[in-house]
Parts: sequence; C-alpha cells; structure tokens
Amino acid sequence: MIEPSAYCIALLLALSALGVCTARIRHAHYVIYAACALVCIALAWIGVVSLDAPVTVMKLPLGLPWIGVNFRLDSLAAAFIALIGLGGASASVYAMGYGRHEHEPGRVVPFVPAFLAGMALVVIANDAFAFLFAWELMSLSSWALVMAHHREKGNAHAAYVYLIMAVFSGLTLLLAFGLLAGPSGGFTFAAIRASHLPAMTIAIVFVLALIGTGSKAGLVPLHVWLPLAHPAAPSHVSALMSGVMTKVAIYGFIRIVFDLLGTPTWWSAVVVLVVGGVTSVMGVLYALMEHDLKRLLAYHTVENIGIIFIGLGLAMAFWANGLPAAAALALTAALFHVFNHSVFKSLLFFGSGAVLTATGERDMEHLGGLIHRMPKTAFAFLVGCVAISALPPLNGFVSEWLTFQAIVLHPDLPQWGLKISIPADGALLALSAALAAACFVKAFGVCFLGRPRTAQAADAREVDVFSLASMFTLAAICLLAGVLPGAVIDALAPVTQAIVGAHMPTQMDQAWLSIVPIAEAHSSYDGLLIFLFIAASAWIMAAAVHRFASRRLRRGPAWDCGFPDPSPATQYTAGSFAQPIRRVFGAVVFGTSETVTMPAPGDMAPARIEKHIHDPAWETFYAPVGAAVGATADWMNVLQFLTIRRYLAFVFVALILLLLVLALWQ
Amino acid sequence: MITDLLVQGVQMTSVLLLAPLLTGLVRKVKARLQRHQGPPLVQPYRDLRRLIGKEVVLAENASWLFRVAPYMIFAVTWVAASLIPTFATGLMFSWSGDLIAIAALLGSARFMQALAGMDIGTSFGGIGSSREVMIASLAEPAMLMIVLTVALIAGSTQLSTVAGFLASPEAGLRVSLALALVAFIIVALAENARIPVDNPATHLELTMVHEAMVLEYSGRHLAMIDLASFLKLLLYVSLIGCLFFPFGIAQSGSALPHYLLALVLWLVKLLVGGVLLGVFETSIAKMRVFRVPNFLGAAFMLGLLGVLLLFVSQGM
Repeated sequence: MIEPSAYCIALLLALSALGVCTARIRHAHYVIYAACALVCIALAWIGVVSLDAPVTVMKLPLGLPWIGVNFRLDSLAAAFIALIGLGGASASVYAMGYGRHEHEPGRVVPFVPAFLAGMALVVIANDAFAFLFAWELMSLSSWALVMAHHREKGNAHAAYVYLIMAVFSGLTLLLAFGLLAGPSGGFTFAAIRASHLPAMTIAIVFVLALIGTGSKAGLVPLHVWLPLAHPAAPSHVSALMSGVMTKVAIYGFIRIVFDLLGTPTWWSAVVVLVVGGVTSVMGVLYALMEHDLKRLLAYHTVENIGIIFIGLGLAMAFWANGLPAAAALALTAALFHVFNHSVFKSLLFFGSGAVLTATGERDMEHLGGLIHRMPKTAFAFLVGCVAISALPPLNGFVSEWLTFQAIVLHPDLPQWGLKISIPADGALLALSAALAAACFVKAFGVCFLGRPRTAQAADAREVDVFSLASMFTLAAICLLAGVLPGAVIDALAPVTQAIVGAHMPTQMDQAWLSIVPIAEAHSSYDGLLIFLFIAASAWIMAAAVHRFASRRLRRGPAWDCGFPDPSPATQYTAGSFAQPIRRVFGAVVFGTSETVTMPAPGDMAPARIEKHIHDPAWETFYAPVGAAVGATADWMNVLQFLTIRRYLAFVFVALILLLLVLALWQ
Repeated sequence: MITDLLVQGVQMTSVLLLAPLLTGLVRKVKARLQRHQGPPLVQPYRDLRRLIGKEVVLAENASWLFRVAPYMIFAVTWVAASLIPTFATGLMFSWSGDLIAIAALLGSARFMQALAGMDIGTSFGGIGSSREVMIASLAEPAMLMIVLTVALIAGSTQLSTVAGFLASPEAGLRVSLALALVAFIIVALAENARIPVDNPATHLELTMVHEAMVLEYSGRHLAMIDLASFLKLLLYVSLIGCLFFPFGIAQSGSALPHYLLALVLWLVKLLVGGVLLGVFETSIAKMRVFRVPNFLGAAFMLGLLGVLLLFVSQGM
C-alpha cells in the first residue's frame, strides 16, 4: 500500500501548488480544503488497512544518488499515517468554515497541504536523507503557518522562537543520523538496522534523538515554542500542530529509539521516565497559570506528551528486562494515548477557534456564558474537556488506565533506578491527571459558564456548520474510543508485535466488550457497561422523580446567599479560580508571589493585587543562552571593521591551526 | 449467575437505601456528643422526601448543564457505589470497573459538580468550585497512590479479587497497608467534605466548600445532590471496610446464611464507621483552607511511601 500513500502525498503537494495559484480567487479555499479532506480520508483509510498488511517499500530516483529516496509502510508507519489522515481530514473540514474569516488566505491555504504532506513523508521515510528532508518540510511549512498573521503583536516573535527550536531539533537529528550511518554512509534504515554500533554511540544517539524529537514534541524544558506558536497560528493549524505534528515527533522517537537502536538499556528507560513525569506535571501546572485559552491548550499538549513518554519509558523498561508482554501493554497505552490526544486536542483547538470566531477573544477573562449563545460548540468542547481530564467513560481515561496497569504490573524489576522512577511516575501521572481535571473545570467554567464578562461574549453567535460537523465527529470518536477501547487496542496489536515482539491479548472477543489487559482476575474495565449504567440510572432517576414527585420549576434571580451582585465582574475569573492551586504548587515551581496594594483610608485610588510568576524553564535555560549569544555577537562585531591585512592574517592562522590539528590527529 | 445477579441487586438497593441512614447516624452521634437531642435517625429520608416534592427555583441564567448535573452526579456516584463489594465479592458486574475506575468515576462526579457550581456565575459558586478542585488535586492522587499500594499487595486492581485476597490469611499485616489506611482516612474526610477539611453543617460563607458549590440548588435537584453525597459517604466507609477490615465478606458461591452474616457484619462496620466519624468530627476543629494542602499532602506522601516500599521490597 505504499504507492497509494505516495500518490496521496503527491496530491497534497499538488494541492499546495494549486493553493498558491488560486490565492487571489474568492472561495478557492473551499475547493482546496475539500480536496485536502478527501485525500486525508484516503490516507486514513490506507493507514487503517495497512496496519496488519505486509510491509511494502518503494524507491524513487531522487535525493542522494547512491541511495535514492526510500519509502516504507510498515504497521508503525501505518498507524501514524491513519492518525495524520484523521487529523488532516477533520482540520480541513473545519477550515472550510473557519477559513472564511481569513483576511489573507494566500498566507494559509497553500501551506496546509504542504504541512500535511511533510508529516506524512516523515512517517513513510525509509532513509535518513528522506526523513530529515521531510522533517524540515514539516517544520518550514508549519513555520509559514505560524507567520500567517505576522502583523499581530507577538506572532513574529513566536515564529522566530519556533524556527530556532525547529533548527535545533533538525540539527540534533542530523547528528544522530550521522552517528547511526557511520563513516561508510549507510543512510538507509535497513543498513542502520543491520549495523552493530558500539554502546557509546548508541547512548549518544539515544540522547540526541530524545532532544531532537523531544523539542518537536514539547518535552520540558524544550517546550517553550508550543505556547507561543500554537496561539499564533490559525486554529485549524494549531489543531494540526498540537494534535498531529507532536505525534509525528513521537513517531520519530519510536522509529529511532525502538526500531533503529533495538533493545534499549535500562538507564535510557529511566531517563525517558524522568523526563516524561516531569513534563506531564510541569505542563499542567503551566496550563493552570494561563488565562489565554489557546496557550492553556498548548501547555496541555506538553502535559499529554509527558504522559505518552511515561508509557514509552515503561515499555523501554520492560523491554530492557526481557518482558515483551508487559512492554506491549505499556507501548499500547502510549500509542492509545497518542491517538486519544490527537482526537481531543484537535477538538479542543477547534472549539477555541470557534470561540475566537464568535467573539474575537482568546483571553478567558473576557469570555463567559457562551453555553447560552453557542450551545453546540459548548457541548462538543465539554466532551473534549471530559476526555482530556481522563474521566470515564470517555477515551482519555482508558489510555491512562492502561498506563496505570503497566505501572503496577512489575514491581520486581531488578534495577534500582527503575524501582524508584516507576512508582514516582505513577505519583506524577496521578497528580497531572487530577490537575488536568482542575484546569479544564477552569477552562470550561470560565469561558462557557457563568455570565458574559464583555459585550463580545454576550453577542457571540454559533459557528458555521462545517466547524460544528468537524467538532461533533471528533466528539463522537472520543465517546466511541471510550466505550469500545478494545477495537483500538486490537488495531494497535500489529504495531506492538512488530516493535517489541508481543501484543496484548485480543480484546474484541471478550465478553461484554470489556478490556482485560492481562487477566480478568487482575484488572478489567468495561467502558460500554459503565456508560450504559450511568445513562440508565440517570435517566431512570430523572424519570421517576419527574413522574412521581414534582416537575414544577420556577425561574428567579440567583440566590447567592441573599446578596446577588448584578455586575459580572463579581464572578470568579480564570486567575481567581487558579489562585488556590497557584498558592499551593506555584510558590515552589514558579516562585509566584502576590502583592496587595491597599490605599490609605480616605484615598480614592483602587486597591490592587499584582501576581508575579517566573517561568523556570525560560529563566534557567533560554535567557542565559540568549544572553550569551548576544554578548558573543557584540564581541565578534569588532571583526566587521578590520583591514584587509588582518583578514589575511586570520586566514593564514586558521590554515596553520588546521594543519597542526591534522598533524596531531595522524 | 443468578446468585451473582441477586447479590448485585441487593447490594445496589441496599447502598441506596442505607446511605441516608448512615448520614443520620453521624449527625445523631455528633448531636449527642454536643448534648443536643439531635434530629431523629430517619431525618435525612424526610429531608429527601420533602425536597423531592418541592418546586425547583432556578436562577434565570442557569443552563442545561445546571439541570442535568444533579442526575449525572447521582448516577455516577451510584454506579461507583455499586461496584464495591460491601458484603459479598463476586458481584455480577464488579469486573466492569476496578478500583482505578471507581476513583475516576468519583472524579467525574466532582467534575460535574464543580462545573455546576460555576454555571450561575456567582462568587460563592466560584469559590466553592475553585477550592473543591484544589482539594481534589491533592486528594485524587493520594487516592490513586492508595489504590496502587493495595493493587501491588493483592496483585490486582480488581476490587473483588483484592477483597478476597486481603480477607485471606495470606495477606497478613503489612506496613504499606497501615500507611495506606491512614492516607485513606485523610482522603475520605476530604472527599466527603467532613471536618477538618470542610464542614457539612456550615453556612458561614467563607468557610464553605461543598455547600458553596450547591448553594444555588433547590428542590429535587438538591435532593439528588444530597443523596449523592450520602452515597459517597457510605461508599467510602464501605471501601475502608472492604480494603482494610475485609473479615466476614461472603465469597462468591457461599451459602445463604453466610451471606446474611456478611450483611450483618457490613452493617456493624457501617455503624462503627459512622460512630467513629461522629466522635472524630466532634473532637477536632476545622482547618483553615490553606492548611488543607499540607494535610492532604501528608496523605499523598504516605500513599507514595507505601508504593515505594512495595517496589523496593519486591524482588530483592
């Protein structure tokens, strides 16, 4: 099935070119996005059917002359192709409605198909050259999309930071592949798999791959570009970047570390577990401090990437200890969460885009009461909130449940690093799940519930039918994957079989469609029954109360302990809602402080409360590096104003130095 | 099969019917300790009947979520309570959710409740929701740590298996279980909005957490929410009984007298739990809100310690 997927990618590139040509034609974006959605549906279908199909390869006479450009569609690639297809199709349908409000469609429409093509190419690439080329195509096209609204304040800065991080990521991956290929230049993945690398090289490649793919995925402290770039891009692009591109980065990690490097060492599992745990909790804490809806969602992507890496770290730990069945469970949990996050994060970004369209606001402090004005969007957004908060019966719970099952599976691993880091990750995962629920109560409660805080929020209008269709499809997938998780687990079985050589037991033939990861006496969960029980008991109770007791209802002013205040400013805001948590967790992590300025009695000035939050990642890592680069540039500036003799002297000295190095090397 | 279904049915109805009585008992004990006569034991039933019969006064800007939430909260809590082997393991549907799922179901109920608190857009609703999620953000991870401790000891997260294992002499006395019990009691106090974390009897504005969230509810909606919190108290007391004092739980396939004995034993456990809770609440003062994180943090750390201990002690 490699040829059809290559055709689909070629079609996407052609659509990109068509987008450039038709940039000035009104309503052309409908055609481009509709075609894009169709191609993506085809891609998703190809991915799903080739999950369990034999591996197919393809070679094009492009690229490096002695290896060409190699493509390969195995089950891992197929899973991610399906994911890209699903995310791309929903984003394209959404964009048919959302894109109407674009002032300069020529800055957005051509790059979306190119972005999708870049991501799909990364996934099917079968040599280092094709992989890196596709990786950079993905980075650059998404950079162009981040720059789409370049005149808005802060967007150029966001794109700049994103570009630097993308270049950094590309550089580390380049070095990683250079080490993998060795001096002989065996750049095809088949040659890399066949080669036997020394342990030191494997260790360095692992670290480089973790940094390179982690900076694209958003591991703390490499996450700084996400909360800048996601809000800057148009919402369907934010959904693609957050829901799909970060997953392609995870694909890159799995491909390099699990596939190319082979059986991992236990210490690399410890590294991944620690980074994953820290990322998940830091991401959600950042999100809690945030009151820009899209930045909040971007930080939640960081959190979920951490959860996925916890799953991957567990899989590495079990695999390193020769426990393939346990590794298959952990890897399934991670891949299931990849799928889940892709679905509900796209849904939530679409929701935030709908809010943006309806009100022109991303700042939650200016929203409120949208459930009355936009009931359909509110419902879909609520489904996304429940799913991402890992609450049953939706899909987010299932993958986190599987991760917990993997955590308690083997307390008897021999290495002390794993004995400590696995239960610690369990605690961090529990903490991040609870904090995520708190954060989404805040997000939904402040934006959609309560009373409108501004005129824009009070006058919001429900969004168009394309956006709603896309959101409701994703919400339905959240529910379906939550009540029928066995189908997803079974679909992922060939992937884990190919990577760690084992798969979870078949789930769909269990009684009552429940999922049983190991054995029924050990643990089982039945989303379908839980969902039916909840629905039935709520309905029976409501019906009984209405039938036999009372169904009278009277509307009146709010009670509010007898002192209702008509001003919507008396409601809790995002900032005040998070204040207790900021006080409990923020003081340690973010060094938050609050200063209250009370005017003297008789002074008519308003009292003020100021909060100060420090970003530890930015202040510890980025600010010093930025300052060092700036200082070095200032210092080197002298070199611009020298005479020709001095430049010649430099050339001479450099030549002598190089010859000396060469002489010492020999 | 038939027995399992029957046991499940008895369990579901008994938790629903007994829940108000347990709350009545705690109130009675507290009143007697404070030298009041106190309301009769059946007062919660009367309250529920009265509330159900009354008309609902709904704030003008209440949304559908506000009206659906009480039924959802009740349903989710009831489903969670139905999964707990109160007097017998081998419930018909006990495999449809394990301990983690039960903890998460209670999380779903709280999620709905906190959202409903924010729906009207009053400052009290906001303060209640905000504090509730702050408490939950520590209580839930602590609960999960306890679940992991128990799961590691019993080798299962399935509550029936866990209760069966812990009731057998194989389980023995364990340090981790003791740590988990202390942590669990702290979590149970916090989750049920009891003193010292919250005061179920208060209507003093600035100390309310749970009561602030449900301030706008009236009539049948309030009845549903009250019933859900009665159920939750019963659920936690039963859970403590089945995890830490599992003696006498009827195993699947026992004879009828054994079931009856187990039922009586469960009632005794509830009685002891209710009296102890009443005594505890009378003998301690409520904490300031920002002392609660330390209290719950201790539970979280105890739970984590229990899990670490098990990880470290195995395979040595």
